[in-house]
Amino acid sequence: MSLSFSGGKHISGNKHLTQDLAIMSMVAPAEVIIPMSQHTGAVCKELVKKGDKVKVGTKIGASDKLISSNVHSSVSGEVKEVVDYNHPVLGISKAVIIISDGKDELDASVKPRRSIAPLSNDELLKIIKEAGIVGLGGAAFPTHVKLTPPKEIDTLLINAAECEPYLTCDYRIMIENPNEVLKGILLLQKILQVKNVVIGIEDDKLEAISVLRNKIIAKSYSIKVEPLKTKYPQGAEKQLIKAILDREVPPGKLPFEEGVVVSNVGTAFAVYEAVYLGKPVYERVVTVTGKSLKSPANLRVRIGTKFSDLIEFCQGTSSPVSKVIMGGPMMGLAQFSTDIPVIKGTSGVLVLSVQEVSDYKEGPCIRCGRCVDICPVGMLPFALSMCAEAKMFDKAAEYNPRDCIECGLCTYICPSRRRILESIRLIKTVMK
Amino acid sequence: MTTKIPDILKVTSSPHLRTKETTAKIMWTVSLCLLPSGLVSVRVFGLHALWVMLAAIVSAVLTEWACCFIAKKEQTLSDGSAVLTGLLLAYNLPPGAPLWMVCIGSFVAIVFGKIVFGGLGFNIFNPALIGRVFLMASFPVLMTKWQVPIGIDVVSAPTPLAVFKDQFAGTNVFPSADIINYSKLDLFLGIRGGCIGEACILALLIAAAFLIYKKYISWHTPVGFVGTVALLTWAFGGKTLFSGEIIVPVLSGGLILGAFFMATDYVTGPITRKGKLIFGIGCGLITTVIRLWGGYPEGVSYSILLMNTATPLIDRFVKPRRFGDKR
Repeated sequence: MSLSFSGGKHISGNKHLTQDLAIMSMVAPAEVIIPMSQHTGAVCKELVKKGDKVKVGTKIGASDKLISSNVHSSVSGEVKEVVDYNHPVLGISKAVIIISDGKDELDASVKPRRSIAPLSNDELLKIIKEAGIVGLGGAAFPTHVKLTPPKEIDTLLINAAECEPYLTCDYRIMIENPNEVLKGILLLQKILQVKNVVIGIEDDKLEAISVLRNKIIAKSYSIKVEPLKTKYPQGAEKQLIKAILDREVPPGKLPFEEGVVVSNVGTAFAVYEAVYLGKPVYERVVTVTGKSLKSPANLRVRIGTKFSDLIEFCQGTSSPVSKVIMGGPMMGLAQFSTDIPVIKGTSGVLVLSVQEVSDYKEGPCIRCGRCVDICPVGMLPFALSMCAEAKMFDKAAEYNPRDCIECGLCTYICPSRRRILESIRLIKTVMK
Repeated sequence: MTTKIPDILKVTSSPHLRTKETTAKIMWTVSLCLLPSGLVSVRVFGLHALWVMLAAIVSAVLTEWACCFIAKKEQTLSDGSAVLTGLLLAYNLPPGAPLWMVCIGSFVAIVFGKIVFGGLGFNIFNPALIGRVFLMASFPVLMTKWQVPIGIDVVSAPTPLAVFKDQFAGTNVFPSADIINYSKLDLFLGIRGGCIGEACILALLIAAAFLIYKKYISWHTPVGFVGTVALLTWAFGGKTLFSGEIIVPVLSGGLILGAFFMATDYVTGPITRKGKLIFGIGCGLITTVIRLWGGYPEGVSYSILLMNTATPLIDRFVKPRRFGDKR
């Protein structure tokens, strides 16, 4: 029996578009746009100015604030300018634009380490911090902060659920780099000093489960792999903890308060790269997909590559495009343009054609209860949507709108096509 | 051919996927699933039953169209709810009901059952039942003129439930010559006196099973409803405690139609599964009380309408467990 949580639903994945395609490395584009904010926390201050020469892996942004994460150059070349530029999450943000010289010379700081064993936890944390590692599942919370929880931890969960439809980058990393992923996980385990380590993978990704299990047995690591029911939002942090450990993190609390740290499998891979190879986060695997895309792919791309470059690399589209989304179709952010750079949190770029996007007309709530049954956090989404419609924001507060994890299932399932999540976001904004 | 990506893309709030289910699809599917039961009745009671069904649907549709037209609101017929209301009203009428009365019933159902509250989604009571109860109060004689199939003839005779009540209460209103003893198979197949849509239990259960499988209705309401009626009738419906007949009262009257297709109405019932179970049990309780000790032989319609008023209360107290709350 695969583990699960209450609520949620399996949403047919369209993962077949890319799941069997090996990760391809995309050559560095002629120009990269590297935003100074790619993470939860303080915006970095740029360390370079127009005309400066940089190499691959040169630190170009940093902050002295506690919650922030360094930013590195993803190409070698010359800084063209530091300007405000389109940003996939923030709309507009300060970015360093670098013209590539095409040589891909590595910065002197990027070199493999001979021995890892003597490194102390503090040294490991410093390496992770220096490398600018953030949660690569999408939330982009600085990893070095997550690894120093203010309370004792007993379990490390590795989130490999990848429950969003279409996305396959984590799956490919697990299949293609299982040893590296496991080494990264062991490093996280060492830093957190926990015995219990569990990798949660949805049970439709059988190959990933068996590959990791075989490696774990071969090396006799003390890491468990738990198959999870294939159901969205299995990869939501609190739902994952509930499914694997049967612990519920109360509303407004963080996982460490229940003794758990959750880290994405791609993040574990980045930790391996930083510690063993001395490589900061200047590239990541992105699933570039969509039915209208001529050749969807899992691409290892440089941070700062424009979405338009990715789509071009996938040979463009065969039918008129309506939406381009960063992330998956359930929680991803629709972009107004493809002149947008890939950031550390970009797990996917999804292209939806005009045929796949309808103008949904909202109808009245018929109280069918589907949103209530499906809500993974036990809310009454329909009630919030009615409150928002009537602008009764005080009343809405009674329905715990802040519990919402914005998984989008209520809007997905509504037969009257009500934009329930949009209403809840509105309520949250008004309540601030 | 490669298409150019437009300079300005469409931006909406997530999610970017939607289920294929729509309100209209649900309404039309339920209507379609209900049809076989009515067609069996047409076969059993004769063609007039079909005219009753058509009259109810057409007048419901016309009424809703006119209401939207007069109120200068967008037409809502395509959501399928008016057709379903008309059909359900017809299913709650005797097969010989005069067509003018049927039309009045549909008008009342749509206008006073739905439109005055603000249309679909805002009504408190099940619209079809409002229509039926209005007709019961206004035309009690026409509403209780039952036709019963005997061989190829259709004659007037009391319904199985009326006989059941007569015997239970010991009133002996019906001369024994008028009483027809149906087999349980007859009751199951719908060869008995009663309303148009309630008779053929087989057709209703097949339809209900399909709708439960499609998750269009949940089992909680009907199981609570029918289970309570069966239990209470068994307990109190006989000469002594726990000696009552179970099968006949469950198969007779409008219980199966009401429990699976009317008490499960989304708009007028509770929103949570637990709430639906409570709603069903409440309906069962009221139905049995009316059937055994009330003034009518049947209580399904009244029980659902009464429980409709309890829906906001049930929703207030029965809420889903908040994720992270102490168990």
